[in-house]
Amino acid sequence: MNFSKIRKDVAVVGAGMTIFARRLQETGKEMSWEAARMALDEAGLTLNDIDAVIMGSAPDAFDGVHKKGEYLLDGAGGTNKPYMRVYTGGGTAVFAPIAGWWHVASGMFKRVLVVCEEKMSSVQPHAQSAFAHIWDPILDRPLKPNLVWIFAMEMQRYMYKYNVRYEDIALVAVKNKRNAVGHPCAQLADPNITLEDVINSEPMALPVRRLDISPPSDGASAIVLVSEDVAYEHTDTPVWIDGVGWCLDTTMWTNRDLAFPKFLARAARMAYEMAGIKNPRKEIDFAEPYDPFDYKELQHLEGLLLAEPGEAAIMTREGKTQRDGEFPVCPSGGLLGVGNPIAATLGIKIGEVYWQLARKAGPRQVKKDVRTGVAQAWGDLMQFSAVIVMRRR
Amino acid sequence: MSKSQKFGPPLNPRGRRLEAKDLESITHVRAKVPVKYAWAAGTAMSRFLEELKNGRIIGRKCARCDRVLVPPRMFCERCFQPTTEWVYLPGTGVVETFSVSYIDTNANRIKEPILVGTVAFDGAPPHCGIMHYFGEVSPEELKIGMPVEPVWKPKEERVGSVLDIKYFRPRKK
Repeated sequence: MNFSKIRKDVAVVGAGMTIFARRLQETGKEMSWEAARMALDEAGLTLNDIDAVIMGSAPDAFDGVHKKGEYLLDGAGGTNKPYMRVYTGGGTAVFAPIAGWWHVASGMFKRVLVVCEEKMSSVQPHAQSAFAHIWDPILDRPLKPNLVWIFAMEMQRYMYKYNVRYEDIALVAVKNKRNAVGHPCAQLADPNITLEDVINSEPMALPVRRLDISPPSDGASAIVLVSEDVAYEHTDTPVWIDGVGWCLDTTMWTNRDLAFPKFLARAARMAYEMAGIKNPRKEIDFAEPYDPFDYKELQHLEGLLLAEPGEAAIMTREGKTQRDGEFPVCPSGGLLGVGNPIAATLGIKIGEVYWQLARKAGPRQVKKDVRTGVAQAWGDLMQFSAVIVMRRR
Repeated sequence: MSKSQKFGPPLNPRGRRLEAKDLESITHVRAKVPVKYAWAAGTAMSRFLEELKNGRIIGRKCARCDRVLVPPRMFCERCFQPTTEWVYLPGTGVVETFSVSYIDTNANRIKEPILVGTVAFDGAPPHCGIMHYFGEVSPEELKIGMPVEPVWKPKEERVGSVLDIKYFRPRKK
């Protein structure tokens, strides 16, 4: 990759996020508008100032409408502007801002709005029946799979290969649901949750239990990205996107060792190289890895090269990944605590890293002085990861 | 341009949680979307399904990287070259990973758990295989690395589907 060709540095100058919950009253368009408006307000901008709009939203099957990009257009503020929708499953949350980044980094646009929305409650009786359509129709679907199976199988393989204890994995759920107490959008915050609660929660697809999983949710999030030329016109505290990376492994998921996400390590190396990071463990202060399941936080920390394989569980057990620990992980409360409206988790990942680095995270602000953070999301048929490194300068 | 942060999310998110009385005023339009499909299995997978009918597992070899691809495909996605040779596999393998599932495909709870996982086939590269059920084994006995073999449906009941294999069971010594 030739990073010297990148023309403009790109900063986040505003972010917005709706409450994550079962939002039966609002349409996806209305939620998109709420989030977009909040991000613009924080940046002190109006829609007229925006040159282009990126929309991120996961499967059309959730909404039962096609061309979901166009369906959500008006709510995202994309009318009569260069506009595109991107979609990489759960990875959309961090991939949509990467699409926004290249719009600005190319020098073509000065101010870009990135909006991510998900409304999972429309599909009846449960989002699970829409998830059924992601499996291979020839090999997998005749077995009548449930999406949780794939995570259970991956978790089992991860625990086996790296000798990870279930109890240490469950501690991630405890940490994140407690962290989410400080998050005004949170769906499943619980200040009193204990390790026993997670371990004794009902079995889903073992080793996965109820409290190991993030809840389906509705919501929207948005960020405003601007070029270095105008960043300080909008804020004293721009947060810079210094590295981006993304990568997919083969869709033949039964041909891979599921224990370690190599595609993520590739994406991370790309982002670190671009950000000039040589030793990620030393140079990155905190992380918002994608945590739709508790073991995913650990596996993703390892894929992000912030821990050796199997080591993230030990860091968790030792309390290092707590909000006031030496390496805070998911200070937002994560998907496990705040909720998992697929693409809209932009607000928990990129949004949180922005708010932390701009010191606007309120009760969730990490104790240590953080200057460099990394956000990551994961998706498609568990084969994709997107990574963004952000800095306060 | 104002540099003040008047609104300051995330402290003031928009939207609110539902209350009981809200439910009376929410309007929904209900619909079903009936769509039917005929998915092509493709050149390689058609042969794979045919061979399942014969009680055999077949893969496809890439002459360049020497991998036997199972499930088979007509090209190697790594070398980006056509695969060149059909290879029969013994059908045996080891448990690559598994789950003991107490939920069905629609997330309904079930009493008797489904034992499901992936099998890495003998004669294929490490970790290469398919997803399937496990049977004739208890949830407690099922382990990663356990040698397994396919249990086929009677020949006359096979239709050229992955379900022509009933499940994989621990291999008899």
